[in-house]
Amino acid sequence: MNPGNLLKVAINALKRNKMRSFLTMLGIIIGVASVITMLAIGQGSKKSIQDQIASMGSNMLFVMPGNMRMGGIQQGSSSSQRLTVADIKAIKAECDAIVAVSPEVRSSGQAVSGSSNWPTTIYGGSEQYLDIRSWTVVSGRNITDTEAEGSAKVCLVGRTVADELFGEGIDPTGETIRFKSIPFKIIGVLSEKGQNSFGQDQDDVIIAPYTTVQKRILAQTYIQSIQMSARSAEESDLAQSQVEEVLRRTHKLRENEDNDFDVRSQEELATTMTSVTEILTILLGAIAGISLLVGGIGIMNIMYVSVTERTREIGLRMSVGGRSIDILLQFLIESILLSVFGGLIGIVLGFAASSIVEALTSWPISVMWGSVILAFAVCTVIGVFFGWYPARRASELDPIEALRFE
Amino acid sequence: MKTIIDIATLKKDYHVGEVTVHALRGVDLKINEGEFVAIMGASGSGKSTMLNIIGCLDRPTDGTYLLDGVNVAGMSKNERAEIRNLKIGFVFQSYNLLSRTSALENVELPLMYNRMITTKERRERAIAALEAVGLADRMDHMPNQLSGGQQQRVAIARSLVNDPVVILADEATGNLDTRTSYEIMSLFQELNSNGKTIVFVTHEPDIAKCMTRSVVFRDGHIIREEDVKSRLNAAEMLRALPVEQD
Repeated sequence: MNPGNLLKVAINALKRNKMRSFLTMLGIIIGVASVITMLAIGQGSKKSIQDQIASMGSNMLFVMPGNMRMGGIQQGSSSSQRLTVADIKAIKAECDAIVAVSPEVRSSGQAVSGSSNWPTTIYGGSEQYLDIRSWTVVSGRNITDTEAEGSAKVCLVGRTVADELFGEGIDPTGETIRFKSIPFKIIGVLSEKGQNSFGQDQDDVIIAPYTTVQKRILAQTYIQSIQMSARSAEESDLAQSQVEEVLRRTHKLRENEDNDFDVRSQEELATTMTSVTEILTILLGAIAGISLLVGGIGIMNIMYVSVTERTREIGLRMSVGGRSIDILLQFLIESILLSVFGGLIGIVLGFAASSIVEALTSWPISVMWGSVILAFAVCTVIGVFFGWYPARRASELDPIEALRFE
Repeated sequence: MKTIIDIATLKKDYHVGEVTVHALRGVDLKINEGEFVAIMGASGSGKSTMLNIIGCLDRPTDGTYLLDGVNVAGMSKNERAEIRNLKIGFVFQSYNLLSRTSALENVELPLMYNRMITTKERRERAIAALEAVGLADRMDHMPNQLSGGQQQRVAIARSLVNDPVVILADEATGNLDTRTSYEIMSLFQELNSNGKTIVFVTHEPDIAKCMTRSVVFRDGHIIREEDVKSRLNAAEMLRALPVEQD
């Protein structure tokens, strides 16, 4: 039989049992729709975490003081005072994969303006600090290098701080606030960033020259961490190893000594964070995949019933000249049609379910085209795989026996 | 006269568990073009086995079988399927029409398995076959909308559509009442008078008398083979039947 006739025969056979065909397809429909939706939800949450990490800064790397050993006693990393301005100068001079470096010192305390006060954190950085952390100034200006090195009493405020101290939406540039009794002149307001993935309000900040925070607030000479930008995301690893090399030298570490600092990249952080959602996605996808498998078994079951039910038809087709291969293909095409057609409906339903979930939860859902193609391919394979045995059984029937079958 | 079926020393054994059943124990049979042969015998006599072998549904254990000059005894499954498709038409006792499929599509079925025939030609030939059996006005009916006699006519049209060298009928009137049986036999006689070779398995002597020759099987042998002397005309028999008043 030629392919056109085979297809026609298969479609007619399915149309003759509309309800049964639909119910058989339902397994595949649900399977495919859930695979697509689950993967879309997984992908969506991964994307949202990546977006939030990206909002922390651009190709960011940071150095934190690490554990160190003093006379055989392991010290906690917070007690470490190993990072200095000299380290920053060395990095600036020697690491060509690094395009921006800034120290970071921070202190929590109460910010006061007139009769209002607000608990917040002050961060000390250099001129490049804003670029590294992907912040822009919406009104006013950035801290200059002169101010950064000269302990100038100027600061930039985040939107939350401005709102709390001066009132919703007011531009406080030019005003003065006090932080731990030190008066700071506000020279600019930061753009809004919103919450980060840990639920922390990224706009609840004050940014001041690092020297000011070091000397006037903390009274210390070391810095808490070094923030850097790599030239590109690809060069992040290179930058990381360059920084490590420089710091090992400036810290005079011997070959066998552990690093007394930790270099982390934004990439690394992103990988750690997304690995959790990836596992979750795989888990959800696997559960959905099982329902797809069950759907496939449903097809196999119905095809077996169909072959038994149509034994006489098979006998007749053979007696008028149908070869084994014709019978095999007829039933195989039926099962492929069931699974592929079910798959198509499932894809449509998967898209619909994804947008419903998106609308109800406001998670950023994104359907992966890969998952659509995968689901479709799996359907075809299911059709062939689960259709094969019933179809083969049909094709191996003896026409005489089949014609006599009651 | 051309010989359509030439069978010599044909044997067929079945193995049922440990036991070997000799269904045919050496049969010789020649059927010429234009003959209308009745194959008769009690159940277990071997007549069904004979029909299955003539129809290339089964292969003999031993012996030769030439169908239309071609040796089909040693053919493979696929080769036999092709022979059935091109040279043989089957009519069954229980019609074996595809349900929920129109009469026309049922008749088209054998031609669907012939790659040489286009959709258009297939349709034309199926319509011609249905016209030949007098069902031109029932083409779009489903089998469940047709009477038994009409269903058997569709089945006969299906057996004609590939223009076979022989039509094999297996108790084709077995499910029909007397009147309808004569109608069907009248149709077969008409086809036969137009030159069709027909082999007809039956156990009703009346039906066998409508044919040109009868072959009687018993225990795997042909025990009697004779020309029908006073051949019945089914159309006349039909007219002679009393009309039921109900």
